[in-house]
Amino acid sequence: MALEIKPLEQFEIQRIVPLHIGGMDVSFTNSALMMTIVVIAITVLTVFATRRAALVPGRWQSVAELSYEFVADMIDTNAGHGAQVFFPFVFTLFMFILFSNLFGLVPYSFTITSHIIVTFALALVVFVGVTIVGIAKHGTHFLRLFVPEGVPVVLLVLLVPIELLSYFIRPFTLSIRLFANMLAGHTMLGIFGGFAASIGFLAIFPVGINILLVGLELLVAALQAYVFAILTCLYLRDALHLH
Amino acid sequence: MSDAGPPELERLSEQLDRVRARNTGSKPAASAGDPALQQGVGVGLRIGIEFVVSVVVATGLGWALDHWLGTRPWGMIILFFLGVAAGMVSVYRAVAGINTAVGFRRPDQETGKKPQDAKDDGE
Repeated sequence: MALEIKPLEQFEIQRIVPLHIGGMDVSFTNSALMMTIVVIAITVLTVFATRRAALVPGRWQSVAELSYEFVADMIDTNAGHGAQVFFPFVFTLFMFILFSNLFGLVPYSFTITSHIIVTFALALVVFVGVTIVGIAKHGTHFLRLFVPEGVPVVLLVLLVPIELLSYFIRPFTLSIRLFANMLAGHTMLGIFGGFAASIGFLAIFPVGINILLVGLELLVAALQAYVFAILTCLYLRDALHLH
Repeated sequence: MSDAGPPELERLSEQLDRVRARNTGSKPAASAGDPALQQGVGVGLRIGIEFVVSVVVATGLGWALDHWLGTRPWGMIILFFLGVAAGMVSVYRAVAGINTAVGFRRPDQETGKKPQDAKDDGE
């Protein structure tokens, strides 16, 4: 009666409250539950921790202020001036992904960002939003983004498709990076956890590895949120400051 | 500033000074909180996947176009090479911007346009 190792079971979507409206499955799933928890946690942190703002901040107020300053700094250095308007958007993205990643590491919870449809939707919002910002600010002049400066006309035939392609690939790289990192990390944790369950007292080794891996996953969780946010800033900069 | 503040703030700043003085002596060369290290790991994770995804997505797009337009196998072949080129361009840009302002364009190309940008933002 060997235990089966099912490292991918943790990514299964389960319907908590089945709900069908107009032929569409809009059930409240474990993914939706985690999203709700994440949003509530962020709201509690940012609203309630700073409600009684003290000159010398307490622990929670410090966390809220640190995250605010971190994102504000990131936008300043990476998106250039005039980009602070987009602070709410970048801050929301960063906090949502960071909390999703971190809460996903809690045993028996669910990692929202390990599903490509979620990360792709986020990346698509960034992509479409940045394109709209660029067009709204520069009009048709925005298309110059795809035409490198000081290049012979003959080469443009080759370079414009490359530029176009590298622009339209952005949502894919953005979403796959986050999703793949989360999926790989959690699968690894699942595999070693499965080992531990099936080999008796030797389990101390896979558990030891898992302890180290959780440390690594904490780093990855924070870094991937950071990378997602910083790339959003860079894309915004492209759209705001054309060459 | 410490002169004007209320007594509790003064005490706090004294305390902070003491802690700071204690910490300056024994700072590890590259702790986990080192911003340069953090940025380095971030960039590494970022560009690792850039190239692969470019090639895969472009080739997939070519395959889909072939399927749709019936031009098999040309779309896939051409878009594969375009994908490789686009991937290299993305990786080059990501690496070229590491020590400068991290970006799509190198900052020295932008400096000429800075005043105009400032005017644009004023709108």
